[in-house]
Amino acid sequence: MRPPSPSIPEKEFLFSALKESLRLDGRLPLEIRTPTFKFGEELGWVECSLGKTRVLAQVDGKMVKPQPERPFEGTITIVSEISPMASTEYEIGRPSDEEVTITRMLDKVLRRSDAVDKESLCILAGQRVWHIRLTLHFLADAGNLLDCACLAGIVALKHFRRPDVEVIGDEVTVHEPTERAPVPLAIHHTPFCFTFAFFPDATTPPVIDPSHLEQRLSAGLVSIALNAQKEICVLQKLGGVPLGTDDILRLVDVAVGKAKEMHNLVEVQLREDWAGRKVEVR
Amino acid sequence: MFELRSIDIDLGQQGQADGSAVITHGLTHVLVSVFGPREAKMRSQTMHDRANINVEVSVAAFSTGDRRKRSRGDKRILEFAATIKSTFEPVVQTGLYPRSQIDIFIQVVQQDGGLLQACINGTTLALMSAGIPMLDFVCAVSGGVHSTHPLLDLTTLEENDVPNVTIAVMPKTRKVSLVTMETRLHVDRFEEVFRVATEAAVVIHEEMKAAIMARSRTLIASMKTGSQQPGEMEE
Repeated sequence: MRPPSPSIPEKEFLFSALKESLRLDGRLPLEIRTPTFKFGEELGWVECSLGKTRVLAQVDGKMVKPQPERPFEGTITIVSEISPMASTEYEIGRPSDEEVTITRMLDKVLRRSDAVDKESLCILAGQRVWHIRLTLHFLADAGNLLDCACLAGIVALKHFRRPDVEVIGDEVTVHEPTERAPVPLAIHHTPFCFTFAFFPDATTPPVIDPSHLEQRLSAGLVSIALNAQKEICVLQKLGGVPLGTDDILRLVDVAVGKAKEMHNLVEVQLREDWAGRKVEVR
Repeated sequence: MFELRSIDIDLGQQGQADGSAVITHGLTHVLVSVFGPREAKMRSQTMHDRANINVEVSVAAFSTGDRRKRSRGDKRILEFAATIKSTFEPVVQTGLYPRSQIDIFIQVVQQDGGLLQACINGTTLALMSAGIPMLDFVCAVSGGVHSTHPLLDLTTLEENDVPNVTIAVMPKTRKVSLVTMETRLHVDRFEEVFRVATEAAVVIHEEMKAAIMARSRTLIASMKTGSQQPGEMEE
């Protein structure tokens, strides 16, 4: 069921506030909600929240036979169905336009940008490879589900560690975590996604990380996924209000700065979590 | 490097469609037909203040090198259709036709890179030949970067190997209504190809405008002959 569109006073209030560069939640136009991460007991279990938007990501790996055309590569699948739990807007079985966009974007950001090295997932060529499955559970939607999901996904992949395996001849031995330390996935780069919202009035400045209401009332979204090394992985502006060339390039510059901050934040959080896991043996 | 492939446009009538266009960019061949504005098939889709745009894309199984059938529910095709829809929503003056629907059917016959650009350019032309009021043309072009050189209008082989960008420009204001890039590219390189592609879209605009003009001219000429008396024909 589509929820009723925001009321006229709500809409006018938001637009007039935005014109003065004020946002309803007190943020600056180009300020993101600081993400918080909650790491689970298990490795590869991360709950990421951007304000009230929450996404749970979980990674698991199992051994499978590789696809015959790519015997040296492991596979990664992303399961991301938005359940009605996130918001009443979503229905099971019938993907909305937004869901299609999120699913495709996740696929592009996490899988097609080669964030995870697939060849390192090979155990025995043509026989055994790792199949990494990333499952995303969308817990609550308070705007900008996409950025939150991308962030949760990449952090979960970085957090995950697979059991160590040993190959002698044709024999594959999997070592229990108690026996040998599990190994992290080989990750080439960490892309972060940033979404900007535009409004029908051209004088209103664009906002980053739109809230639910801002997203509903926006006249166009631009999503930029990039890593701290200033490489754009995905840039997507699908229709919406037309923008000048320089406007878009300015957004890219903003995203570059944000990606660096985000990269540091994620690294610190992961390190902290990892430090908390070490048990001293005396 | 900056050379575009040959563009061929046919705006002839196709069946019952109100407007149609066949466009080829090199070997990419797309057929677009537009119906409407007409009453919506599904009542639930009507909007009280503007027309609804419905886009359906089908890709022929024989259009690529390896024969592959894509179902209508394919996520990529759904995204493709949603992209085209949201590109044209702000350009078509939907406010003039409340409670109606404009159907855009896109049939991909042959693909050799630059599929999105062909679809967008074809849709612009088909909407125009259907006489649907629009704010401006929407001209799309793809670009890529080979090591450090920007390239334009990529073929499938090039698309597979180099980072590629598709942009759609509204030539009158030089504003960009669509940008998509799905491969890794450094920010500085991106800026370069982005600027080159914006220029190229203007060139494509000339081609499209010429085709529309030629079509209108033949239509006007045939209208004249129809209204003339038999004796006047010789003049």
